[in-house]
Amino acid sequence: MSEMQLKNPMLRWIEYRLPIFSFIDHSVGSQYPAPKNLSYWWNFGSLAGIALVMQIATGIVLAMHYTPHADMAFDSVERIMREVNYGWLLRYFHANGASLFFLVVYIHIFRGLYYGSYKYPRELLWWLGLVIFVLMMATAFMGYVLPWGQMSYWAATVITNLFSAIPWIGVGITEWLWGGFTVGNPTLARFYSLHYLLPFVIVGVVFLHLWALHQHKSNNPLGIDIKGPQDTIPFHPYYTYKDLVGLGVFLLVMFGFVFYHPNYMGHPDNYIPANPLQTPAHIVPEWYFLPFYAILRAIPSKLGGVIAMAASILVLFLIPWLDTSRVRSTKFRPVYRWFFVFLVIDVILLGIVGAKPPEGIWILIGRLATLYYFLHFIIFMPFLGWFERPLPVPDSIHQPVLGAAAGAAAAGENKR
Amino acid sequence: MTAAEHGHGGGMPRRDFLIVATGTVAVVGAAAAVWPLVDSMNPASDTLALASTEVDLGPIAEGQSITVQWRGKPVFIRHRTANEIKEARAIDAATLPDPMRDEARAPNAKWLVLVGVCTHLGCIPLGQKTAEPKGEFGGWFCPCHGSHYDTSGRIRKGPAPANLEVPKYTFLTDTKVRIG
Repeated sequence: MSEMQLKNPMLRWIEYRLPIFSFIDHSVGSQYPAPKNLSYWWNFGSLAGIALVMQIATGIVLAMHYTPHADMAFDSVERIMREVNYGWLLRYFHANGASLFFLVVYIHIFRGLYYGSYKYPRELLWWLGLVIFVLMMATAFMGYVLPWGQMSYWAATVITNLFSAIPWIGVGITEWLWGGFTVGNPTLARFYSLHYLLPFVIVGVVFLHLWALHQHKSNNPLGIDIKGPQDTIPFHPYYTYKDLVGLGVFLLVMFGFVFYHPNYMGHPDNYIPANPLQTPAHIVPEWYFLPFYAILRAIPSKLGGVIAMAASILVLFLIPWLDTSRVRSTKFRPVYRWFFVFLVIDVILLGIVGAKPPEGIWILIGRLATLYYFLHFIIFMPFLGWFERPLPVPDSIHQPVLGAAAGAAAAGENKR
Repeated sequence: MTAAEHGHGGGMPRRDFLIVATGTVAVVGAAAAVWPLVDSMNPASDTLALASTEVDLGPIAEGQSITVQWRGKPVFIRHRTANEIKEARAIDAATLPDPMRDEARAPNAKWLVLVGVCTHLGCIPLGQKTAEPKGEFGGWFCPCHGSHYDTSGRIRKGPAPANLEVPKYTFLTDTKVRIG
């Protein structure tokens, strides 16, 4: 590490004993080189990190006012809404924050899919991201149960019952998850405990994710490697400020929901206290689970549906090997580009199907969309990689900007 | 190689044996230490103790159903009409998705006792009240994912894999039943 020039003697005193300032500078500062061509699609990683911090901050304060007991949870949430100073703000921020956190992460995942960010040498980086995604789903689900309204209760029942599909041990697993014979007070208490724990586990995996990221640096819209210093700019101030612009837009959307449509993404039934003897007429998960819910329901068998839903996430772990293309960025893949568009449409369609009752035409659409989802990854990805002829890829990141001559000169410099 | 290098038994050197043996004991010890943490999440003794519920069947008229709670779960008790019994017994049980004869599910034909939890993903099926949909087979209908149960609580159509569970119960008198 290069020596840091710190003017403040106090900071110099600390840096000599604990080189934390140079560590930060090398991680997200002027000493961290990032590709100079990153677009706004690269904002969503740091935005996800900020969303996580905001969820933890609001969550810790909400936990000070919440009571994790089946008889008191619902009322304690209403008390947060009506009596606690700014309680309404904190709770609406936390609830809508979860939704927008998923939106940001979905954009982040699709950006990775488009630009081939899962390909060599970033396979582990991709896997760690998927682990974070799965942990996020568990955390969001358990958080949704805490208000102990009708949707909370029945979401908990339906999701934990997924495990009962496992042959032989399924029922034992569900009773172990519940701590009883149905979802009840023991279930609420443990979900609260885990809902508090898992975000910090996510923070840990985020550190591993960043560690893997910094090993080979960010991918970029061209999907080609960094060939030298002429291809990079310092993370700070260039991308720190660009990320702040993105944060401003994110907060505009967030407060648009919080102040004007705080319950837009929720369900009115969750303002009815949990009733173990009455299932609401139409139960649907939060929007961010709808595509997976549609896949679950597409298979006309309990175990089959659960397996398909699990497979829809597990298949993402395999794509570093399922994608056989030699180029990373879909920018240079004229055929695959269309299939990427079809995949996005397919996932949105699955989301729409997941929100509809499983009747009539929606059953058929759900099955076809589920089939297409798996065809994309298992058939189209490997075969297009073999048969598609990619467009010519630039030699370096700075070449399209500075011209071929500068590119050749720089390349010569590198070969030295 | 001499016997000394191999220890007494022959095949495995003494040091390797000690490493494997120590490691095994450590793994078993760690598993034993984790077990109380895992098992503490299973239903506690007081939860297990809420094992039986007694119900007076006297006030239930023919064609009427009531819902009682047993172990936190709803239990459906239906006073079946002659027609419902006939429907349930007329069908050849072998042709059903989860074959079971009505005689085995309701030994006392008038009274059908069921755990009112859909065997798909645990919702409460509709059909207890007269205004509720009873599905295509006149029994119960689960609104969550569209499972239809017949007048014996057997799955007939939809994603549920099994019939509604019949809990253990005994008739204490002609009009009194103990569930559990």
